[in-house]
Amino acid sequence: MSVFIQQFINFLQLGSIYALTAISFSMVYGIAGLVNFAHGSIFTVSMYMLFFFSTYLFTVFDSSWLVFAVALVLGSVVMALVGMLIERLAYRPLRSAPAVATVVSSVGVGMALEYLMLNLFGSKAKRMPALIPNTSITMAGVVVPLYKILIIIFAVITMIILSFIVKKTKLGTAMRAVAQDKKAAGFMGINTNRVITSAFVFGAVLATIAAILYVSAYSIFTYDVGDSINWWSFIAAVIGGIGSIEGAVLGGFIIGAISIVAPALLPVSSYKDIVLFAVLILVLMVKPTGILGKNSAEKI
Amino acid sequence: MKKLLATLLVAAMAVSLTACGSSESGAASGGSADKGSSEDTIYFGVNYELTGANPIIGESAIKGIDMAVEEINANGGVTVDGKSYKLAYKALDNGFNTDESALNTQEFADDKEILAMVGPNDSDMCMAGSAIVEEYKIPMIAPWSTLVELTDNPYIFRCCFTDSFQGYILAKYAYDYEDSKTAAVLYDMSNPYNEGVASNFKSAFEDMGGKVVEYQSYNGKTGEADFTSQLTKIATAAPDILLLPNFYEEIVTQTTQARAMGYTGKFIGSDTWGDTSLLEWDTENLLEGSVWCGHYHKDVASDAALKFIDKYHETYKEDGDPNDIVALNYDSVMLLKMAIEKANKLDREAIHEALNSTESYEGVTGNMTWNNGNGDPTKSAVVIKIEDNEFKYLATVEP
Repeated sequence: MSVFIQQFINFLQLGSIYALTAISFSMVYGIAGLVNFAHGSIFTVSMYMLFFFSTYLFTVFDSSWLVFAVALVLGSVVMALVGMLIERLAYRPLRSAPAVATVVSSVGVGMALEYLMLNLFGSKAKRMPALIPNTSITMAGVVVPLYKILIIIFAVITMIILSFIVKKTKLGTAMRAVAQDKKAAGFMGINTNRVITSAFVFGAVLATIAAILYVSAYSIFTYDVGDSINWWSFIAAVIGGIGSIEGAVLGGFIIGAISIVAPALLPVSSYKDIVLFAVLILVLMVKPTGILGKNSAEKI
Repeated sequence: MKKLLATLLVAAMAVSLTACGSSESGAASGGSADKGSSEDTIYFGVNYELTGANPIIGESAIKGIDMAVEEINANGGVTVDGKSYKLAYKALDNGFNTDESALNTQEFADDKEILAMVGPNDSDMCMAGSAIVEEYKIPMIAPWSTLVELTDNPYIFRCCFTDSFQGYILAKYAYDYEDSKTAAVLYDMSNPYNEGVASNFKSAFEDMGGKVVEYQSYNGKTGEADFTSQLTKIATAAPDILLLPNFYEEIVTQTTQARAMGYTGKFIGSDTWGDTSLLEWDTENLLEGSVWCGHYHKDVASDAALKFIDKYHETYKEDGDPNDIVALNYDSVMLLKMAIEKANKLDREAIHEALNSTESYEGVTGNMTWNNGNGDPTKSAVVIKIEDNEFKYLATVEP
């Protein structure tokens, strides 16, 4: 029983991280109509930002909570600017070009960012200073590391705030309108360019939040940390229905569940990828738009 | 449906594009080839892991090679048939990618100036080019690959011990010295090296009477960082010792997660633990008291090795001592020089013959004797313990 609870918490924590990265992938697709393969590299850049900010901040503050908060705010601001800049330089000039051109452009941006990090900071892995104290809580006989609990709570709060923004605010309504029909939204007086830029800003900030949770759990990273994040968030978004935020959350948790359950049950733990991709294929066969995807909203 | 398919196709294309990108950057990193006087220069190829998942390997390898080449050239170069030649290399990065490694091998095989190859270091990278090495009959020295089946190829020689020896030492140490009766293993199944150490350890440990209670794997090629599912299983089985025959940065992630999942036993590692970065990353001292199996240690080093270590500090001004890979690559180039001089001919086959008939060589990593009928030297290993955040010498094991 205690193993079950422990594995369940492992799943919630891993799923939270995948869900957050998948949301940011799916949101940009839904609103800007772009499969953003630079997503993983934006994640990597935010990781380095957080690393340098928190390393510096530990010389200023004593409390790791304060470092966590300030590093996250600083990181988010810088990454929001980076997101804006990327949109302005690499995607806006291609707004009327075929969708494939923007995808290629996003791959280019992703590579440029990744190799920029490699050249600036070297290929050696970095160890993030511990942002969450290394303690464990014992609940009903199960030892659970504090960081796991906090990651889950933090991710859930982020998702609630995001869904509030998308559902209840003016900007959110504009985002949904642009996602539905860019042209019609423009006719209704919505500044589509601004909405698309804000999608990139949200995407970059979400990537930063995901990055700080990721390093809280895994602490060591290299310049290519974003590669796998790119994959998993893309796959999670596709399983859940690309463009749908709820779908991305669902997809993220499905991948998290398979990553934890498959190694625990299968005789050879590394077969989990087979299970994962079998599920992906099954979902696409039964529902090609993903579990929560809408039929009409395809953009490419 | 069609549109989604198109999206996926684009995605696949995009990924292959990314792959091309990394190959481009790989080939761009040139060697220290001196183009001016190619007539008086002997070239060898260096296929190394500069970028990719484990850059420590490539960075260390090239340091060792540079030191050896510099030293050889400062002492009059390589003498063949009464004429002295400068030694130089051409280097190609394989990005820790098997396709790239094979392509690099092909490039060296086609290049008539290249007489021999040093590297790759990683077993997976070595195996990727193995068929090409044999087809083009280009002698290759693998400095650090311990994979048993590598030397089935008559053109591959190595400067290190093998996984069966390493697995035996680790099992012996765990069973006899740490008094562990139960063990668990967590290894990356995507690399034959990790798999080789894991399986050799398992069979040796079970032969001694121990029990491997959990034998867990993961796919390192997908950049996995979450091992909690496997480690929860391991922690539940509560073995006395946990073997992690994996690459550098993964080890600290794994030990951290193992402790977080409630594992309380000891850790043991293979020769991929041998770099002081490991200690740098291990800020919570979880590796304290762990043991790994390495190729040499300065406490039992010969005079030549001590000179090599001093020279390393002088050249690279680094705090840490040269790791196993630096030393083994240095030895490999020195061995190659000896073989070229022995062959006394600038010809691949002659160098291969010379390597084949070499019986022993005294390197900085110890004495190597080739008496196994293949490219494997008989060579001692050292057992190293992590104490006070330092690599401390524990014992030397003779084969």
